[in-house]
Amino acid sequence: MAGEAKIQPYVRTEMAPTMPPPPSTVGIVGWMRANLFSDWINTILTLVGLYLVYITVDTIYDWAFYRAVWTGEDNKACLEKEVGFPVGACWAFVNAKFSQFVYGRYPFEERWRVDITFLVGAIGLAWMIIENLPYRKWVSVFMAAVFPIMALILLTGGNFELSSGSWKVLSFLAIAAFVGVAIVGVRAQSKGVDFDFSTALMIPAAIFAYLFFVFFLVDFDFGLRHVETPLWGGLLVTLVVAITGIVASLPIGILLALGRRSSMPVVRMASVIFIEFWRGVPLITVLFMSSVMLPLFLPEGVNFDKLLRCLIGVALFSAAYMAEVVRGGLQAIPKGQYEGAMALGLPYWKMMGLIVLPQALKLVIPGIVNTFIGLFKDTTLVLIIGLFDLLGIIQLNVTADAKWFAPSVHNTGYVFAGIAFWIFCFGMSRYSIYMENKLHTGHKR
Amino acid sequence: MSAETQDADLESAKVPLWNDPKVRALVSQVLLIILVFWFGYEIVTNTLVNLERQKIASGFDFLNTTASFGIIQTLVPYTEASSYGRVFVVGLLNTILIGVIGIFFATILGFIVGIMRLSKNWVVAKVATVYVETIRNLPLLLQIFFWYFGVLSALPTARNSLALFNESVFLNSRGLYLPKPIFESGSGLIGIALIVGLIATPIMLRWAHKRQDATGQQFPTFWTAVGLIVGLPFLAYLVSGLPVSMEYSTKGTFNLTGGLQVIPEFVALLLALSVYTASFIAEIVRAGILAVSHGQTEASHALGLRNGPTLRLVIIPQALRVIIPPLTSQYLNLTKNSSLAVAIAYPDLVSVFAGTVLNQTGQAVEILLMTMGVYLTLSLVTSLFMNWYNAKMALTER
Repeated sequence: MAGEAKIQPYVRTEMAPTMPPPPSTVGIVGWMRANLFSDWINTILTLVGLYLVYITVDTIYDWAFYRAVWTGEDNKACLEKEVGFPVGACWAFVNAKFSQFVYGRYPFEERWRVDITFLVGAIGLAWMIIENLPYRKWVSVFMAAVFPIMALILLTGGNFELSSGSWKVLSFLAIAAFVGVAIVGVRAQSKGVDFDFSTALMIPAAIFAYLFFVFFLVDFDFGLRHVETPLWGGLLVTLVVAITGIVASLPIGILLALGRRSSMPVVRMASVIFIEFWRGVPLITVLFMSSVMLPLFLPEGVNFDKLLRCLIGVALFSAAYMAEVVRGGLQAIPKGQYEGAMALGLPYWKMMGLIVLPQALKLVIPGIVNTFIGLFKDTTLVLIIGLFDLLGIIQLNVTADAKWFAPSVHNTGYVFAGIAFWIFCFGMSRYSIYMENKLHTGHKR
Repeated sequence: MSAETQDADLESAKVPLWNDPKVRALVSQVLLIILVFWFGYEIVTNTLVNLERQKIASGFDFLNTTASFGIIQTLVPYTEASSYGRVFVVGLLNTILIGVIGIFFATILGFIVGIMRLSKNWVVAKVATVYVETIRNLPLLLQIFFWYFGVLSALPTARNSLALFNESVFLNSRGLYLPKPIFESGSGLIGIALIVGLIATPIMLRWAHKRQDATGQQFPTFWTAVGLIVGLPFLAYLVSGLPVSMEYSTKGTFNLTGGLQVIPEFVALLLALSVYTASFIAEIVRAGILAVSHGQTEASHALGLRNGPTLRLVIIPQALRVIIPPLTSQYLNLTKNSSLAVAIAYPDLVSVFAGTVLNQTGQAVEILLMTMGVYLTLSLVTSLFMNWYNAKMALTER
C-alpha cells in the first residue's frame, strides 16, 4: 500500500549538539546579571547610577581630601590667592576651632567638668544599652536619679543659694504628705480595713529624703566656679537641650497619653487641647514664645535663665509628640490586658504601671527613638533665639570670624556639623531598628 | 430589711469615700479645672502687670500702624507705607507660596526615590538608600544654611551669571531669573479653556467608567484627559492669536533686568525643604507599596491583568490608602518647617511678622497668638481632611 503513510516513531538516531552552558546564575557574575544587567533598561539604570556614584565620590574626594587644607593658623591657609589652588575643605579651621565647637565659650580651666559629665554620661548610657552587662538596673537608677543632679552641679557650679521659701515649701509638702497618709491610715483602721503603715509611709519618706538631699546638694558650695549658661555652647548645649528634652518629654508624654485615653472628660479634653496645640505650631514659634512671651507670664522679679526657658519650650513641644507615640502603643494593647488587670483587682495606676505601660512602651520603642531623633535635629533651632548650639557656634564662626574669613570655610563648617549630627542620628536610628528586630521575634515566621 | 437596701448598705459600708472611683474622678477633675484656671489667671494677671510696667500697648490696633520697612518678596502690592496688617498678609502668602511649591517638588522627588529604593536594580536601590539615610539624619536648618551660604552664595556674581537653556534662565548669587509670561488681551480665553478642560475631565472619566461597566468597552481616558487639559488651552492660545509672550531677562552691565526674579532665599529654602521632606516621603511611599501583599500582584496576574494595569488598578489604590495619611502629615511638617525661613531671612510669616513686626512693636502676645493661630488652623484643617479621608477610604469589610 503505497498511499499509506508510514508513521515514523520519533527516535533520535544521533546525539543532540552540545550547547554552551547556560549563563551562570550563581557567583558574582550571576548576581550581577540578575541584579544589574537583566535587560537593557536595567543596564542603562545601572550605568547612570554608577556614573552618579562616581561623580559624587569623586567630588567628595576632591573636595575633602585632594584639595583640602589640613594645617594653618588663619584664613591665609585657605584662601585661593594665598595657596594657589581652589581650596576644597579647610580642615585647618575645624582643627583650630574644635574646642569651641565642643564647649562654646566655657572657661578653659573649667572644661574638665564638662569632660567628666560627658564621660560619665556616655559610659552610663552605653551600660544601659548594652545587654549582658552586670548591674544594669543600678546603673539605670544612677542615671535617672544621680546623674542629672551631678551634671547640673558640675556644669553650672552648683551653690544655687536656694531661698528659704523653697525649703519651706518642700518641708510643708513633706509634712502634708505624711499627715495625709496618717489620716487615711487611721480612718481605714477605724473602719476595720487592713492598712500597712510602714509601707505606706516608706514611699513619701523615700521621695522626700531624696528631694531634701537634692536640695542640700544643689545648695551646697562645692567650691566650683559658677559658669553662667550664656558661656555654654557647641556640642555641650546641643546635648543638654536634646537630653533634657528627651528625659523630660517621656514622662510628660506618658501622662498626656494616659490623659487622652482617660474616661474622665475634663482630663481628656485638657490633654487633647494640650497635645493638639503643641503639635499644631512650629517649634520656632514655641521658641519665640519661650524667649519673649514666657518672661511676660512670670510675676515680677522671677526670671528664668534663657537656656532654661528654651528647655521648657522644647520639653513641652516634644512631650506632645511623645504623647501621640505612646498613645499608639496604648491602643495596640488588647482590651483583655486591661480587663485582666482589673479582674485581678489592680487599681488604675498599678494596672497601667505593671501591666499596660510595660507592654505598650516596648511596642513603641522605635517610635520613641524616632521622636528623639527629630528632637535632636530640632535642637539646632535654638540658634534662632540666640543660643549657640553646635550648629549655632559653627554658623557664628563661619560668618563672623574675620580671622578665618574664607569662602571654603562655610562648607567645611557645615560638613563638620553634618557629620557630627549624622553620627548621633544614624546611631539612634540603627538602635531603633535593632530594638525593633529584637522585640518582633515573636511574630516572625 | 429588703435585699436592695442591704446591698446599698453593703456598698456604702465597704467603699470608703476616697476609694469610690466616681468621687475620685470628680475630685481630680475639679482639681484639674481649678489648677488650669489658677494657672491661666496667674498668667493673665502677670502679663497685664508686666505689659503695664514695660509700657507695651495691647490690643490689635497695631495692625493699622504703618510698617515702614521693606520686604524683598511680596505677592500682593506692598510698600513701606503699608500697615502691619498688610505685613501679616504678605508673610502669610509667602508661607503659602513656599509651602505649595515645596510640597509639589517634595512629592515628585519623594515618589521617585521611594520607588527607586524598591528597584530590583542593586545600584539604583542603594543610591536611593544612601540619599534617604543621609538627608533624613541631618538637621533641616543645617541643610538650609548649606544651600544658602554654602551653595548659592558661591555662585557667580550677576556679571558672570550662569546662562542655562539657551540664555532663557540665568543663575547667579542674587537668585534665579526665569522668563516671565506676559498675558496680553485675549489671554483670558486660555484660562477659560483650561477651566473647561479641568471640569470636563472628571465628567469624561465618570462617563468612560460607566460605559465600561455597561458594555465592557474601554475608552482612551488618558489621552482624552491630556487633550482636554493641555490641548484645549493650547488650541485657545492658537485661536486667540498667540496672546502670551515670554519676557526674558537681559544682561546689563551690573545686573539682570526683566524676567521673573526668584530671590536666593526662596531658592535655598525650596531646595532644602523639598530635598529634606522628600527623604521622608520616599520612606512613606516605600512602606506603602510594601504594605500591599504580594498575593495581590499574583491574584491580579492570575486574572490576566498585565503589569501596567496591575500596578494602576490593584497596587497603587491599595498603597495610597497607606501612603496618604502620613503623606499629609509630611505636607503639614513641610509647611511648619518653612518657618525656619527666619534663619536666612526669607520673608515668610514667622520671619516678617513674628520677627520684624514683633521687634518693632513689642506686642509679643498678640503677634505670637496670631502666628500660632495660622499654623494651628492649618493643622486642624489638615487633620479634619485626614479624618474625612480615612473614613472614606477605610476598608469596608462585611
